[in-house]
Amino acid sequence: MNGVHDMGGMTCYGPVKPEENEPVFHAEWEKRVFAMTMLGMGQLDTLDAFRHAIERMDPTHYLSSTYYEHWLAALETLAVEKGVLTPEEVATGVAQETGKRAEGPLPPEAVPAVVQGGAPCQRTEGRLTPRFSVGDQVRARNLNPTGHTRLPRYVRGKNGAIAQVYGTFVYPDTNAHGQGEQPQPLYSVCFTAQELWGPDAAATDNLYIDLWEDYLDPTSGEES
Amino acid sequence: MSNDHTHGHSAHAAPPNPYLEKHTTPEQTAALEQRVQALESLLVTKGLVSSETLDKLVETYENDLGPINGARVVARAWVDPAYKERLLKDATAAIAELGFSGLQGEHMVVVENTPDTHNLVVCTLCSCYPWPVLGLPPAWFKDAAYRSRSVVDPRGVLRDFGLELDASTAVKVWDSSAEIRYMVLPERPAGTEGMSEAELTALVSRDSMIGVAKVEPPAA
Repeated sequence: MNGVHDMGGMTCYGPVKPEENEPVFHAEWEKRVFAMTMLGMGQLDTLDAFRHAIERMDPTHYLSSTYYEHWLAALETLAVEKGVLTPEEVATGVAQETGKRAEGPLPPEAVPAVVQGGAPCQRTEGRLTPRFSVGDQVRARNLNPTGHTRLPRYVRGKNGAIAQVYGTFVYPDTNAHGQGEQPQPLYSVCFTAQELWGPDAAATDNLYIDLWEDYLDPTSGEES
Repeated sequence: MSNDHTHGHSAHAAPPNPYLEKHTTPEQTAALEQRVQALESLLVTKGLVSSETLDKLVETYENDLGPINGARVVARAWVDPAYKERLLKDATAAIAELGFSGLQGEHMVVVENTPDTHNLVVCTLCSCYPWPVLGLPPAWFKDAAYRSRSVVDPRGVLRDFGLELDASTAVKVWDSSAEIRYMVLPERPAGTEGMSEAELTALVSRDSMIGVAKVEPPAA
């Protein structure tokens, strides 16, 4: 979706302003939202669906609210969409139906394994043979999907070169929408700053971005 | 570094914009506290989470994970060339050698700063960040200013942080658009030849591993 979250290349937000004492969390509610999301999301939907729920926020609210408010909005959205909470329950804060989930919540003892184990997104199934090799010339497709994508506007239609072949990874464009992981090759693609931003950009500078195979077209002749 | 850089020509003056003023009044914070408490109570009632487990997770990210982990990785790479080679070839495995792994660090790549190349890491679409080595990201990493401008004006963003690069230095910006997480291996500063690995670890700043700073030599 061509949303407000797709910020790369905008210059309207002023200078970067680091805080004086950079706390990990700024208020108690941020801690709770962080932890509820980390522990609850896995039972609700995928990380890609979570990112897309943030992208579906009202754009003015997205810009005016802080990071963990984005998480809070997405958590509420997905809890309702997945049938865990009703919209009334979210609005009133009062549980209407008290039916508990069969599995029950994770116990505290499980936290270290969750944190250290992670949730790898590389797969050994799906589209395993990469179409492109390092050095191949490619163009980012000019796609404008209404759903989730990790192809930002600022690289669409631009010419680059494959810098790394990372392997086969879960495809966010389907995984965010309940259409399965559909794993496919992921690449680091290098674009010159001048290709992206024009002749005034520094000739020495490059941008590297991770793009899935379906975001790319070959421009140096089809692979043999 | 002088304050001039903070308000220098690169720092585009933003017009007053209500959307850029984040919610920080005590009333708004109180309302959020109440809303979030209600949500927690609901999710506990429904059996999705337990408050004790939430406490444990918060404690982990507040106390156990932070840029000290990344600093250990950097210092090891500075003193052990074979480790550095492994780190640049397979960062996930090399970082796990030091005991760091897990959520948001499942697929790590480390990029090396050299005298003629400077790397800068951003996530324009959300705020992806390598948690096992750097902890949770600072607010500025998640704000619109950094996310938007790092790709189009990386040298200006670095000036916001007081870092002026030579025109001859090549800048590589890494936009973390997938599940690969990037960390910068900063240059080892001059004058640190006799320092121990532990002393070097203490020199390495978080900002240097994001790429918005260099590691400063030790004060004489």
